[in-house]
Amino acid sequence: MKKGSNLDVLTRGVLKENPALVLILGTCPTLATTKTVDGAFGMGIAAMLVLICSNVFISLLRNIIPDTMRIPCYIVIIAGFVTIVKLLVQAYMPDLYTTLGVYLDLITVNCIILGRAEMFAGKNPVVKSALDGVGMGIGFTIALTMMAVIREVLGNATFAGTPIPFLQNYKISFLSQAPGGLLVYGLLIALVYIVTKGKAPLKKSFSCAGCPNAAHCHTACTEKGDEA
Amino acid sequence: MFKTLIIILLSSVLVDNYVLSRFLGICPFLGVSKKLDQATGMGIAVTAVMLIASAVTWPIQYWVLNPLEMGYMQNIVFILVIAALVQMLELLLKKFSPSLHKGLGVYLPLITTNCAVLGVTIQNIIDDYTFLESMVSALGVGLGFLLAMVLFSGVRSRIDESNIPAPFRGLPVTLIAASFLSLAFMGFGGIVENIFA
Repeated sequence: MKKGSNLDVLTRGVLKENPALVLILGTCPTLATTKTVDGAFGMGIAAMLVLICSNVFISLLRNIIPDTMRIPCYIVIIAGFVTIVKLLVQAYMPDLYTTLGVYLDLITVNCIILGRAEMFAGKNPVVKSALDGVGMGIGFTIALTMMAVIREVLGNATFAGTPIPFLQNYKISFLSQAPGGLLVYGLLIALVYIVTKGKAPLKKSFSCAGCPNAAHCHTACTEKGDEA
Repeated sequence: MFKTLIIILLSSVLVDNYVLSRFLGICPFLGVSKKLDQATGMGIAVTAVMLIASAVTWPIQYWVLNPLEMGYMQNIVFILVIAALVQMLELLLKKFSPSLHKGLGVYLPLITTNCAVLGVTIQNIIDDYTFLESMVSALGVGLGFLLAMVLFSGVRSRIDESNIPAPFRGLPVTLIAASFLSLAFMGFGGIVENIFA
């Protein structure tokens, strides 16, 4: 597959540069909304919609937005689409709206969306940016759903709300609570390392690559943080 | 009244700790907790920004957005106000208190799009808090963040010295350690409801 071709851009987000498991972006929703399969899938789709729309829009405006003002511009565009998606979810899927709660608003500050705007959509043509949004969105949804399946099946012995009969007496209930999220996420990232034999462009520490604040932040990145 | 405030404060510091049980502000939690001084500085800066942001966004919601029936603009307005506020705070600190800027100001840009700050302001509105209650809740969330950062920086320094299997090196072991810290905080569940019983 030719590097940089449309197909490459589309598939990259799903596996090779999976936002949640390889690029380690969007940690907060990954941990918070994966208690149930429903919530995780809904979160993935909502984030994907915002990501596609904002990528297209930012890519269209990439020659107009002045470089120094780009982060505020991106944030306003993203916040606008988040509001649209939030109102749609509230109107048509009230159950999901209650499950996701404040996390739906917080898609605005999801690093995946701002990160893709900064790393990709701000520099690439519209079609490629849209494909990047689709790929990254699918990758994020798959990662979230996978984590939620592990947590809900083992932790609560249900799958998307349906009880699994033979597991009822073997619930590991802490998996579906807060600490379980961190544990499962840590194990999955380690698994990615083993499967790819350490070849994935995996972030080994929480560095500043991809952080949308990195451009105007002089704390952890420049002075003492990264090399440690 | 006083009792409600105490309950809000304790539950946001211990039980509903934003980092460890609601997973907001994970990025600075994992990114800046390597050293104790950095962790403390970041924690204090976040607490200050949360207090100021709550003090500003509460009146905006109740005196501007609600009378104009523009509640749906909440998200856009809040994020812009917080971003502008943080930038302004940094400029002011730089001008009037260079020493404080050196200690805390450097952490401010990192907070601009911190989900914990946006999260606490929106959660205050969702929970129908009064102005005083939302200030106390912001203080509690900030202190909870500081507590988690300081505790975790101690854990991190131990991790750095130990011999960890290759696949777990770096982020995975950090997440698993955070999981155990979170497990400890789960022990606080139920303590606040029973404190006045």
